[in-house]
Parts: sequence; structure tokens; C-alpha cells
Amino acid sequence: MLLIPCPWCGPRDEAEFRYGGQAHVAYPEDPAALSDEEWARYLFFRDNPKGRFAERWNHTAGCRRWFNVVRDTATNEWVSA
Amino acid sequence: MRDFPEHPDWLWSSPQPKRSYDVVIVGGGGHGLATAYYLAKNHGITDVAVLERGWLAGGNMARNTTIIRSNYLWDESAGIYEHALKLWEGLEEDLGYPILFSRRGVLNLAHSLQDVRESVRRVHANRLNGIDAEWLGPEEVKEVCPIVNVSPGVRYPVLGATYQPRAGIAKHDYVAWGYARAAAAMGVHLVENCEVTGIEVTGGRVRAVETAQGRIAAGTVALCAAGHSSVVGAMAGVKLPLQSHPLQALVSELLEPVHPTVVMSNAVHVYVSQAHKGELVMGAGIDAYNSYRQRGAFHIIERQMSAALELFPIFARAHVLRTWGGVVDVSPDASPIVGPTPVENLYVNCGWGTGGFKATPGVGWCYAHTIAHGEPHPLNAPFSLERFTTGALVDEHGAAAVAH
Ligand SMILES: Cc1cc2nc3c(=O)[nH]c(=O)nc-3n(C[C@H](O)[C@H](O)[C@H](O)COP(=O)(O)OP(=O)(O)OC[C@H]3O[C@@H](n4cnc5c(N)ncnc54)[C@H](O)[C@@H]3O)c2cc1C
Ligand SMILES: [Zn+2]
Repeated sequence: MLLIPCPWCGPRDEAEFRYGGQAHVAYPEDPAALSDEEWARYLFFRDNPKGRFAERWNHTAGCRRWFNVVRDTATNEWVSA
Repeated sequence: MRDFPEHPDWLWSSPQPKRSYDVVIVGGGGHGLATAYYLAKNHGITDVAVLERGWLAGGNMARNTTIIRSNYLWDESAGIYEHALKLWEGLEEDLGYPILFSRRGVLNLAHSLQDVRESVRRVHANRLNGIDAEWLGPEEVKEVCPIVNVSPGVRYPVLGATYQPRAGIAKHDYVAWGYARAAAAMGVHLVENCEVTGIEVTGGRVRAVETAQGRIAAGTVALCAAGHSSVVGAMAGVKLPLQSHPLQALVSELLEPVHPTVVMSNAVHVYVSQAHKGELVMGAGIDAYNSYRQRGAFHIIERQMSAALELFPIFARAHVLRTWGGVVDVSPDASPIVGPTPVENLYVNCGWGTGGFKATPGVGWCYAHTIAHGEPHPLNAPFSLERFTTGALVDEHGAAAVAH
């Protein structure tokens, strides 16, 4: 089980969290202006690196706040919290 | 139950890779091997190399729980999975190698009114596609699988199940060896310890791959890298709508035969069969986060065991012998991506996620056709990369969610 570094509660068991996938995916400023291709990119395509990945977690069974961390998906080690 | 054949000697040769091939397949799992086999057998294309980073079939092919079925909801899925199931039915003869395909049926349990409605709908859809499917009430479920607890008093009572009698399990490593042996006999080169580290593209067209054993030129490159598809796709600048997740499974110690079929439950999140040797084989859903580590967390196992115990009280004293994980490539609509890419002569086969073992012969057949003809076989045409732009998704979350 991952020990996840909640910036407010400290390291807690993975079972207390909900995963939120890739971090920093902004909602398009003007969605109507996007081509189908660009809309598909926004909707369905996320980074999937083997290595450093900035991701979101929600501490659902704790402080219930969202936060971002960087984890190495090849080793599951935290790179930065 | 059947006796096992002797553990085989080497079934294929391990040649030094040549400097160039007509077709280079990246990934020596079930899909890569089956694709090579049908390229040679159906299309006479034998100047083919399968390049495998580790050892043949050491990825998800050796880690899956071998459930084979074709009772998916949509016509597109029914087409390719049923094609695969028909090939499974004759595969042992075709390969001249035992694969222990055991047709023992699959029950997909329904635990709520919504489950019941969706299940009955799927039965009707399956029948319209010529797929064997029945709706069974709780008592009939008990007849097919006497050890399932169908009492109404449990938290998630069994309200019924869909039943596909032609579904079953096979022995995954034998399937890989059978394909490997037959492909090698037709001249395909199977090259292990040969990680692809780069893909050379010039003028919008694929030219070669860089590997741990040097540069290998290729007329066509066909990706079959399952959990690592995003990584190899990126080498050619092709971004794929995939997320790689750990998926775990486990087996018990060997037990007397008690479980005659395959039981799956999306709602309580577990599926169980009993392997030929006697282990109970169980699995559940993916671990939530992206990862390329072939391991997951124990609370997932704990939850699937509690689900299994509710359905099968008889398992209470069975011991877990072994747990493991693979890395699966999950797509947004729980359907695969099989076809051309924006790079000329580069093809992709990925996104099978938690359920691609059952498709092995079918996808090998269709992918080989795609590579040989430069355009998709009608059965994989709906599973294009463009569908995420056009919106023509094949949403199989209902039939595929936990299910494998
Ligand atoms: C625990 C678990 C249970 C499952 N249960 C079922 C089930 O019951 N039924 C079902 O239908 N499906 C099931 N699946 C899914 C199924 O195993 C996969 O969808 C299927 O095996 C994928 O195709 P493959 O066999 O070619 O993959 P793999 O065997 O994973 O083959 C991909 C190969 O590519 C190689 N590779 C990766 N990168 C490179 C590179 N750069 N260079 C060279 N080689 C590379 C890998 O080493 C690997 O050998 C399960 C999967 C898991 C993990
Ligand atoms: Zn917290």
C-alpha cells in the first residue's frame, strides 16, 4: 500500500485517498473554439509516463482536500510533495 | 481433469536478429506471438521478427487469469471477441499443441435491479449477435455452480446471472508456447532480451527500431506492448489515450475440484475459477493509480477476498498461496485500439486493459490482416484510434469493468 504524503495530515495509508489522475489539466478557456481533435485531446488523452508523473489525490477519509504530488511511476517513490 | 504434457524442451530457436525485416513486432506477449503466427500462416509474410524486452510471454500473458468469453454488449465487441472464441475452439488442432481450453461456462452475477436489467439486455444483445447467452435465476445459478451462496440474506444477494456456456479458461503459457513454436517453424524470428528503445521515423514514415541489440530496419512496425504501449508509442511521437495501472490476481493452494465454472461479479468486485491443477484463481479490479510497477496494494486483495467469501462461504478455510500483478493499458471506453497510426507503416494494438487474453487469437488474426493489407480487417475497423476524435466510442464499461 502506498504511504501518501498529504500536505496537511502527513503520510497516511493509501486506503484513505481517492486518486485524481494527472495534475494541471486545465479546462479549455474557450471550449467551443476547439477542433474535434483538440477536444479529444482534452477529454481522453492524459500523460502516461514511465517515470515522473505529477498527479492529484484527494484525502477523502481525512482532511478531504485535493493536492498535487510528483511520483515516479516506475518505482512508486515520491519525488516531491 | 486432464493430465499435463511433459514440461517442454525449447520449442523455438533464438536467432540473432537480422539487420532488417519486413515486419517488426514490438512485444512478445500473446498478442505479438499470435500476430506473427497469422502473418505467416494467413498471409505468407514470414520475414518477421518479434522483439521482446524480457522473455517471451513474461508480461501479462503469464499473469492473467485466463478467462475466455465473448458475451460483450456492443456489436463491435461481439464481432471480435466471438471471432476469437471460435478460433479458441479449434486452436489446439490448428497449433498442433495442447492449450487446455476448457469450456466450462461463465456466470456474470447480478446483485441489484439495475444489474438485472443490464444483464438481461446484454443477453438479448448477445443472442442477436449469435452468441450463446442465457439469463438464469438464483436457483438455476445454483444448479450450474452449487457452491455459490444464493441465499437472500447476504449484503448483495444473487438475483440471477447471465450464462455463456461456451466460455471457459485455457492454459496461458501453453497458448504462448504453441503460437511461438508454430510461428518459429514458419520462419519468424523470436528475439528475447531485445528491448526497443527508439523508433526511427523520417518523412512521416517508420524506418527502423533502435534496440538493445542494435538498429533493426523495418518495412512495418507493429506495436504489441500492452502495459508499455504509451512508452513505445511516444518513441514514434504517437500519443495514445491510455493509462497504465497495476492489476493483481491470486491463487489458493491446490484443492479438490469444487468449482465447475467461472463466476464473475462486477458489483461485489471479484471473479473466481478453479484452474486445471486445482488452485482457485481470483482477481478483481485495477489498483487506482498509474504505475508501471508489477505489483499492487494488499487492501485490494483483502477486499476481493471478503467479496469472494460472501459469494463462496466454502472458501473460508482456503489459503492464499501467491499474489502477483501485471501492468494493464486501460482505455477511456474499456475497448481496445487496433489499427493504423498517424505514422505511415506504424500500427498499434493496445488498450486491451484487463481483458485481452480472451482476444488473443482474434486480435492476432485481425492485426495480421491489418498489417498485411495496410488497412483494418472489418472486425477491428471500429477500434480505431480516430474514434476518440469522431466520438464513435465502444463503451464496454458494463461488460468489461471488473470483468476480464
Ligand atoms: C492479473 C491479470 C489478470 C488478467 N485476467 C485476464 C482474464 O482473465 N481474461 C482476459 O481476457 N484477460 C486478462 N488479463 C489481460 C490480458 O492479460 C492482457 O490484455 C493481454 O495479455 C495483453 O496482451 P499480451 O499478451 O500481448 O501482453 P503482454 O504479455 O504484456 O505482452 C506485451 C509484451 O511487450 C513487451 N514490451 C514492452 N515494452 C517493450 C519494449 N520497449 N521492447 C520490447 N518489448 C517490450 C513486454 O515485456 C511484454 O512481454 C489480465 C491481466 C492481468 C495483469
Ligand atoms: Zn489530509
